[in-house]
Amino acid sequence: MKRLEPLIFELSSSGRTGYSLPALDVPETEQAALLPGVELRDKPAELPEVSEVDVIRHFTRLSQLNHGVDIDFYPLGSCTMKYNPKINEDMAGLDGFAHLHPYVPEEGAQGMLRLMYELQNQLCEIAGMDAFTLEPAAGAHGEFTGIALIRAYQASIGQGHRNVVIIPDSAHGTNPATASMYGCTTVEVKSDHRGGIDLEALRAALDDNVCALMLTNPNTLGLADENIHVIAKMVHDAGGLLYYDGANANGTLGWTRPGDMGFDVLHFNLHKTFATPHGGGGPGSGPVGVKKRLVPFLPVPTAEFDGKRYYLNYDRPQAIGKLKSFFGNVGTFIKAYTYILEMGAEGLKRATEDAVLNANYLMAELKKYYLLPYDRYCKHEFVLSGNWQKQRSGVRTLDISKRTLDFGMHPPTNYFPLIVDEAMMIEPTETESKETLDRYIAILKEIDREATEEPDKVKGAPHTTVVGRLDEIAANRKPNLRWRKEG
Amino acid sequence: MLAAIGAKSIEELFADIAESTRLNRALDLPAPMSESELRRYIGSLAAGNWHVGDYTCFMGGGAYDHYIPAAIKHVFSRGEFYTAYTPYQPEVSQGTLQSIYEYQTMIAELTGMDVSNASMYDGATSTAEAIVLSVITNKRTHVVMSHGLHPDIRSVCGTYTHGQGVTIDEAPVTAEGTTDLEKLAELVTDKTSCVIVGYPNFFGTIEQLAEIAKIAQAKGAIFVVHAHPIALGILKPPGELGAEIVVGEGQPLGVPLSFGGPYLGYFACLEKFQRRIAGRLSGMTTDTRGQRAFVLTLATREQHIRREKATSNICSNQALCALMACVYMSLMGKEGIREVANQCLQKAHYAQKQIAALPGFEPVFTGPFFNEFAFRTPKPPAMIQAALAERKILGALDVGRLYPEYQGVASFAVTEKRTKAEIDDLVAALEVVSK
Repeated sequence: MKRLEPLIFELSSSGRTGYSLPALDVPETEQAALLPGVELRDKPAELPEVSEVDVIRHFTRLSQLNHGVDIDFYPLGSCTMKYNPKINEDMAGLDGFAHLHPYVPEEGAQGMLRLMYELQNQLCEIAGMDAFTLEPAAGAHGEFTGIALIRAYQASIGQGHRNVVIIPDSAHGTNPATASMYGCTTVEVKSDHRGGIDLEALRAALDDNVCALMLTNPNTLGLADENIHVIAKMVHDAGGLLYYDGANANGTLGWTRPGDMGFDVLHFNLHKTFATPHGGGGPGSGPVGVKKRLVPFLPVPTAEFDGKRYYLNYDRPQAIGKLKSFFGNVGTFIKAYTYILEMGAEGLKRATEDAVLNANYLMAELKKYYLLPYDRYCKHEFVLSGNWQKQRSGVRTLDISKRTLDFGMHPPTNYFPLIVDEAMMIEPTETESKETLDRYIAILKEIDREATEEPDKVKGAPHTTVVGRLDEIAANRKPNLRWRKEG
Repeated sequence: MLAAIGAKSIEELFADIAESTRLNRALDLPAPMSESELRRYIGSLAAGNWHVGDYTCFMGGGAYDHYIPAAIKHVFSRGEFYTAYTPYQPEVSQGTLQSIYEYQTMIAELTGMDVSNASMYDGATSTAEAIVLSVITNKRTHVVMSHGLHPDIRSVCGTYTHGQGVTIDEAPVTAEGTTDLEKLAELVTDKTSCVIVGYPNFFGTIEQLAEIAKIAQAKGAIFVVHAHPIALGILKPPGELGAEIVVGEGQPLGVPLSFGGPYLGYFACLEKFQRRIAGRLSGMTTDTRGQRAFVLTLATREQHIRREKATSNICSNQALCALMACVYMSLMGKEGIREVANQCLQKAHYAQKQIAALPGFEPVFTGPFFNEFAFRTPKPPAMIQAALAERKILGALDVGRLYPEYQGVASFAVTEKRTKAEIDDLVAALEVVSK
């Protein structure tokens, strides 16, 4: 039986400790004497006073309140919650990687640098790009890097005035937020009836101020844009560049490459496509690849090889600067590198095919019970609408998702993309068996039945989770973001 | 499955990929390896690296070899934590949400701030986000930053804010190793959005926060401090010395060195900024059954709602690293965090004194330091570094590679992990290798 857990502060007992430190074996001097003129803490930080067993039990119990890929199905659309092979974790945990200081002399990091260099090259081959930086820590961080690279390149050819970023209405929220962070204005173009970019709307948006088009392909509807080569030509002819948001790369990897579609810059999410774990919200990794003309602007350093030794190259005068301390989320690189080596070319392509097969199978079975607004083959994910249920009994997508929790599975991404009413974005990934998919279909079929026959059961869900629905309005109105000791 | 779909082949499902963009060949990648082959091959890449389990580490410069309690790995290796994602469904994410809430509380306690977010990519990006928060708060676009902040932090802040028209001036460092307050006061004007210094800075020196706060406040600028979290075990928290935003690199709090990442940036501030803070926040609320529970909150700041008007494009934190830090701070507790900080201080001062007695080693700065210090060396730092490595010691970080004006300067960091014997070995080795 799962139970809520007290806060660690509420477990605290004065004088109890859970640490183990070596003896202070150098002569001790009064702190004030060592730090003349420095103001010292006069009361200790109110950290908990608990033993190691208290800590282990507390966090073990907390872990039991979570859903993860290791527990059951997690079809969160556009997040690619695939299984993360355990060997990846073991490799990243090797002493020679996990306990390597970033400023160790290059001679003492040759294996590490070789791994980074090879990963850069593998990603180039997979993406059809000429060079990669591994520095960005997440997809959104990669997007930011990409727009910075495009603007630096354009400034170098006298096109620095270009500051309009075109974004389809199906895009992730990070795309417009990224463009704004880099001082660009955004123009939204609508999708056509097939779910792709409306070419007329795109044509109308293209002018001499266009910096770039940011595109996710397959898009957030899970649909590949059949016109991608036409779109690329239109944008290039207008003097803009194309940015590929790799969030959905799991839908076409090995079949086509962003570089061959005409994209100039892209990021991959190693935590999606390359099977590194999501960690409860990070760390991820968002390496950025570019075509030749943008290479000089990549952030410093890049991992390179001079034929004898691997080294970090800081000597790149046109670089946009750094995006992150040191060299990026290296632990994540190791997991992705392990994955690529384990899969090989055939395995990666097969993963894409299985992801697409799983998604189309789920879509074909679920469209019997739920509205499918764009009815054509999808790639790795698809979007249903809860509109039939809403019209029938007022049961909304949120209710359907909460009811799914009662069956032990994670719901899809809700209310996104914005262009679909009551959206449910479902991405099964390639690592799920047909049995799991069938179990999920049976659950959604049952919830559809309930929505008609016992709508209140769905509207009141979840019933079996450790907490019920939360009062988010109260949380917003009067934020309580920390515990405080009473008195 | 194909029959249920109504497709004849897998290929049919890919018909929408335009022929001209298809990759009609296999990717050119190495042949797949089995687990045992992977272990052998990747193990060989790891084996040659000079890691701190095998070498005695006196290197710092933003990443520190603190002891990582065994319990941490056992917690973060639980699949329930590391195979979850951002807690969008709070009913099945209370583990992540509550641990973030606890983390936020501990960071706020340590820094003397009201609130903390759920963490950011690293200390450098947290600092850049502090600039963004300052700029949107007071609508000023000029920033004054100490030259004593790590070069990576300064570079990241430049890259991050370049597109928003922010200009950054750097205040120089004096012979004491601290920010030149006179120059700082000249640079800060009523157009300055924020003032940022390290506590301690890259050289290990401890800045006079109260003085700097006065300079910032006199012009209405926001005072931002980048602090080493372990130092806050004994130093007065920046919040009590006039800081309004405190950020820093959370790696020392139980996160493996991992060649520079993943780490976590912590970000704490006064309550008045909480509705503009970037990144995720976990808040306490109640559920339909009247129970206390936690949820991601103040989401209207964020990109998935605000899109181009969001405070930041961030849609993740470094949750797993924040969990490591949370477990670390829980284990160390009220007393342990003080003791670990004191040991760093005592051992670093012991080491500095011994090295200062060696011929040819001159301390570069005279100001008070925490666990890191710099020396002008009798031979080039790179040469000393290599000679130490032969003795399985990592040290003598070549400061000149990061600060061109400090050629011939090496820095050393000492953590609680180092023993007196190891420090004495370092000193003996330095004496030999610099002859």
